[in-house]
Amino acid sequence: MAYLNFNNIGFRGLAAAVPSRVIDNYKYTAHFPAEDVKDVVDKVSVYERRFTDKNTTSSDLCFHAAEKLLADLEIERESIDALIFVTQTPDYKMPASAVILQDRLQLPKSTLAFDINMGCAGFIHGLSVAFSYLQQPTINRVLLLDGETRSKVYHPKDRKTAFIFGDAGVAALLDKNDAYGPSWFSINSDGSRSHLIRIDSGGYRNPSSPDTLKEKVVDEHGNIRTDENGYMNGPDVFNFLIREVPKDIKNIFEFSGQDRENIDFWVFHQANTYMNEYLAKKLKLDASKIPTSIEKFGNTSSVSIPLTMVSKLGDKLKETKKLLLSGFGVGMSWASAILQMHNCYIPEIIEVPVE
Amino acid sequence: MEEKFCLNLQDALEIESKEVEPGDNFRDYDEWDSLGQLSLIAMLDDEYGVEIESDDFKKLVTVQDLINEVKKRS
Repeated sequence: MAYLNFNNIGFRGLAAAVPSRVIDNYKYTAHFPAEDVKDVVDKVSVYERRFTDKNTTSSDLCFHAAEKLLADLEIERESIDALIFVTQTPDYKMPASAVILQDRLQLPKSTLAFDINMGCAGFIHGLSVAFSYLQQPTINRVLLLDGETRSKVYHPKDRKTAFIFGDAGVAALLDKNDAYGPSWFSINSDGSRSHLIRIDSGGYRNPSSPDTLKEKVVDEHGNIRTDENGYMNGPDVFNFLIREVPKDIKNIFEFSGQDRENIDFWVFHQANTYMNEYLAKKLKLDASKIPTSIEKFGNTSSVSIPLTMVSKLGDKLKETKKLLLSGFGVGMSWASAILQMHNCYIPEIIEVPVE
Repeated sequence: MEEKFCLNLQDALEIESKEVEPGDNFRDYDEWDSLGQLSLIAMLDDEYGVEIESDDFKKLVTVQDLINEVKKRS
């Protein structure tokens, strides 16, 4: 049972970077008729997304977010003890992108740096690891980066996923301060459902080959992708998560002894509008306490929770606010956290120029 | 149970133009689409505590098939 509890560890600042290229979903009609596209877009309520170009990676987006954050807060690079990068779209299969970022960000060679390969719940995994390090008297500042270029994962001719996903990167500077108070985490896994969201080929179980790169019709609806694209069994994912996520949220309140009424904002992974409306209904939440960014940025996987914090909460997190975070998806993996924000610096979203 | 299930399905899919009946092919409803499917999934979970995975769900054609499946699983 993975419950964790920390004290006086939290966010000094949080910055987000998105590529400058805006995808107007109504006009994303290269592969489907415009009226079908309108139908899909109205259903999923994702109106805009951001796409990087061929040369820009998730680590590039995070690099820009981190540079801005360190410059604005006048943080000495020598004072960063650890850099953790959450991504499932790294620069290379090896080495870890976090190590490359240590050099690009001119952090000292004494920096502890590695990647965490987790998706929709990944920001919470990253926070839990960073918070754990920060319990050490010798670790005082951790840079948690989280970036995804899901536009490169899904095939534009697979309508099940073609209109939902977008690209973004964030940088969080985590440190110690008595004003942060206690925080709690709950983290869960179910590998028996790993096939519900997966890229089948291109790893070492099914290595890349000319065949895995061939476009194939994959279902009765005529959707097309290769074995190296991601796929998602939406209904079964939904079925599973509507049982597990409310249960997990109930559990974290029991574990923490916190009162639901004291939560200022509930920040959910931006999977799809339907899922979040369902959660709000099931948990009987006030819509004004649930920020959403999916209409503007789509589903950015692990980045969606911090991207929602930056784009929708922003300066509100300068004050003392209690948040519940809940991430869920690929793995399957799902996690919740209750933590307090205090004087968190959040600059405007950075636009990284792309072709 | 049949009658109540038809009402629950009618609510879940927000069907106003007709009454849902056990003999209907539910995929033929105008209101049936990918979000309709999610609404059905949510209704089955809320009302009956039942989960039907997509592989089994694909084989179901009529409302009666749904009712039989729910009975089998609950």
